[in-house]
Amino acid sequence: MQEARILISDEQVEILQQDFLEFHGYDFTQYSMASFKRRIQRLFSMNKGGNFKEFRKTLQHDDGYFFQALTEISVNVTEMFRDAAFYRTIREKVIPVLATYPHIRVWHAGCATGEEVYSLAIMLHEGGILHKSLLYGTDINPIAIEKARMGIFSVGPMQQYSKNYHDSGGMQDFSSYYTANYGIVKFNTDLSQKIIFSTHNLVSDFSFNSFQLIFCRNVLIYFEKNLQAKVLRLFDSSLEPLGFLALGSKESIRFSPLESSYQAILEREKIWRKLK
Amino acid sequence: MGGSAGSLQAILKILEYIKPGYPIPILLVIHRNPAFPSPLEELLLSRTKFIAKEIEEKEKIEPGHIYICPADYHVLIEKDRSFSLDDSEKVNFSRPSIDVALKSASDIFKENLLSILLSGANADGAEGLLYANKNGGIAIIQNPEEALVPFMPQEALKGLKADHVLDTNQITGFLNSLVV
Repeated sequence: MQEARILISDEQVEILQQDFLEFHGYDFTQYSMASFKRRIQRLFSMNKGGNFKEFRKTLQHDDGYFFQALTEISVNVTEMFRDAAFYRTIREKVIPVLATYPHIRVWHAGCATGEEVYSLAIMLHEGGILHKSLLYGTDINPIAIEKARMGIFSVGPMQQYSKNYHDSGGMQDFSSYYTANYGIVKFNTDLSQKIIFSTHNLVSDFSFNSFQLIFCRNVLIYFEKNLQAKVLRLFDSSLEPLGFLALGSKESIRFSPLESSYQAILEREKIWRKLK
Repeated sequence: MGGSAGSLQAILKILEYIKPGYPIPILLVIHRNPAFPSPLEELLLSRTKFIAKEIEEKEKIEPGHIYICPADYHVLIEKDRSFSLDDSEKVNFSRPSIDVALKSASDIFKENLLSILLSGANADGAEGLLYANKNGGIAIIQNPEEALVPFMPQEALKGLKADHVLDTNQITGFLNSLVV
């Protein structure tokens, strides 16, 4: 228990949001307050000092600290084949359609350290279409993207990932996709050479290509409704006709501008297809 | 209302005899396995007079509802009294964490928050209950002697003089007494 700490107020969070925008060009003003405030509180508590003025100043001027802070503020929790039923649907309903295209482009928006991008690469490989696919993994956080680019993960959760993989319909020996050494795992280069990782900020950056499949899972929950609508419009303009949009298990395009021009392929799994 | 192992029976017992038309909304934060669909929503719909539903993100809190936090997400409350979901790191090995939900709810509702901690096998909830209580909210802990798994209520009692340590039927009575 580590109570007796100084609590950050909503007003102080708003001050920091303005600073992030002014000093670093990151706009968090339309992030959901409760979650964002909790991240700031967490960061502030780790910062031991307990002096808001100092904390603010360091965040303004120390770029190194700011990017560390960005890693704490943005949620980087992810796992491979998260939600086996979701991945089973991708395997059975989406990949066969993608297979009919001569070239396949996929965008994973908000991919954190890339686990889900590697998951999809494995599925495309098993569908026999990885060779004609290109996967773009983007995230706001340059430290997470650097980690994703290295393709090196801790061996710890691999057992769980292997189980997720088999639950999603995977038939291979999961460990054939990586080499493990000294407690770390590196995924095979035939997977990583089909993936491009890059920073991209959904709040301020534009579309950079057109895609047949866009993944954005458990990112929109951190945004206020207006920003959610804006990002969904960005996805809409980046998705080809008949392309697929895959969201997190508690996210939806219902009540958004996209609702009328998309059809759920399986409502429960949050995968929609663009109609025209 | 938060709980873990052994809390389902307690929840059903408490809520079954709540007056019809009970206006105060209830949030349930229960540790569940995300890999298995839970019968909780159906059970509550059939055995209580509430509208029971799993939370949709950004959903506004309405009277007469029981809101169930989805497995594998933390739940937070926004200033406009809507729910936010959050899939950040587990707290106390738990997602949802009762601590996270109670602290966030307490920030918004302060002395108008009533926190109830039930049966469970880990220490989640103890810190949040203390926080909510310090913020002026009433804290109720299920009597560890009645709880199927007493660890969670016991842990909470270590940190805090609860306003009430009650059996489930007493909790029902207490909830009913809050409305005329």
